[in-house]
Amino acid sequence: MATKEEDVQDPRIPKIASSIRVIPDFPKPGIMFQDITTLLLDTEAFKDTIDIFVERYKGKGISVVAGVEARGFIFGPPIALAIGAKFVPMRKPKKLPGKVISEEYSLEYGTDKIEMHVGAVEPGERAIIIDDLIATGGTLAAAIRLLERVGVTIAECACVIELPVLKGREKLGETPLFILVTSDAA
Amino acid sequence: MSGNKQDEDPRINGIKTKIRVVPDFPKKGIMFQDITTVLLDPKAFKDTIDLFVERYRDKNISVVAGIEARGFIFGPPIALAIGAKFVPLRKPKKLPGETIFEEYELEYGNDRLEMHVGAVEAGDRALVVDDLIATGGTLCAAINLLERVGAEVVECACVIELPELKGRQRLKGKPLCMLVEYR
Repeated sequence: MATKEEDVQDPRIPKIASSIRVIPDFPKPGIMFQDITTLLLDTEAFKDTIDIFVERYKGKGISVVAGVEARGFIFGPPIALAIGAKFVPMRKPKKLPGKVISEEYSLEYGTDKIEMHVGAVEPGERAIIIDDLIATGGTLAAAIRLLERVGVTIAECACVIELPVLKGREKLGETPLFILVTSDAA
Repeated sequence: MSGNKQDEDPRINGIKTKIRVVPDFPKKGIMFQDITTVLLDPKAFKDTIDLFVERYRDKNISVVAGIEARGFIFGPPIALAIGAKFVPLRKPKKLPGETIFEEYELEYGNDRLEMHVGAVEAGDRALVVDDLIATGGTLCAAINLLERVGAEVVECACVIELPELKGRQRLKGKPLCMLVEYR
């Protein structure tokens, strides 16, 4: 697994990268799945991961951390707590109990939806969107659209891992992407 | 500090007032306890985590196991603050590596909770975290998973308890720490 060139100076990155486990043929043959659960078992690597994001976003006027279900729920809340922002879960359909707005996005076969509670965010807020990994960028692009529809500005999308060969970055339009680790496996 | 409701602490009321009750979700008659509104209040969210961290930081907890999905919101901040591993306990087929599972009953039918093999070791001292305890079925399955691999479950920690559903009695004798009751 390669580390991003501009992060080669941050001495914490190689340990984070090496704590991620690659599982071949999950969820289907040919896919090399990037498993962050092993990162969560390494207390130093997990703390370093959160610290890098917090150092980047603290004091930047970010009032919303939006996390994509379910692995975005693991990384988003610690960041939100450390920078004093709200945490907003973005969920699969029918999970959120209150009134929601939804955004559809394409899958390899068919579509899916991502939902957010009405009233969770307010126009004019600045948000970051967190997920463990960006692959095709479909889910993150839908999350961006959902927040922008209610007048929120997305300062950045932040993921632990990028699979650059899938060109997910291109789906994010003007929104910048910050990642810690790239993987050529896809 | 008692192993029950943290009712002396002034932060509790602030948390309680932030929980939103949504009637008839997921079906008629259920008063759903929505914690997403707590997460929108940075002070209430921080207080929630702080209360648990203060309780557990000197208890040599090596594992915080969080139940998908809302246990993933509360578990990791606690784990990070007390220096424990975080272990996600998930619905079937989500975890990519080799897993063990525990079945538990729903109102209609069964479901399963899974954990990665090797995540937890014999002798680990574990907390189980979820947003809410209702019947206790999921928490009981979590306790079983952890005990099967030789961990000691020290306590279950939930933000909310629905005491009328008597979930506390299904925890195999393990203590429950909760912050807010809903009757």
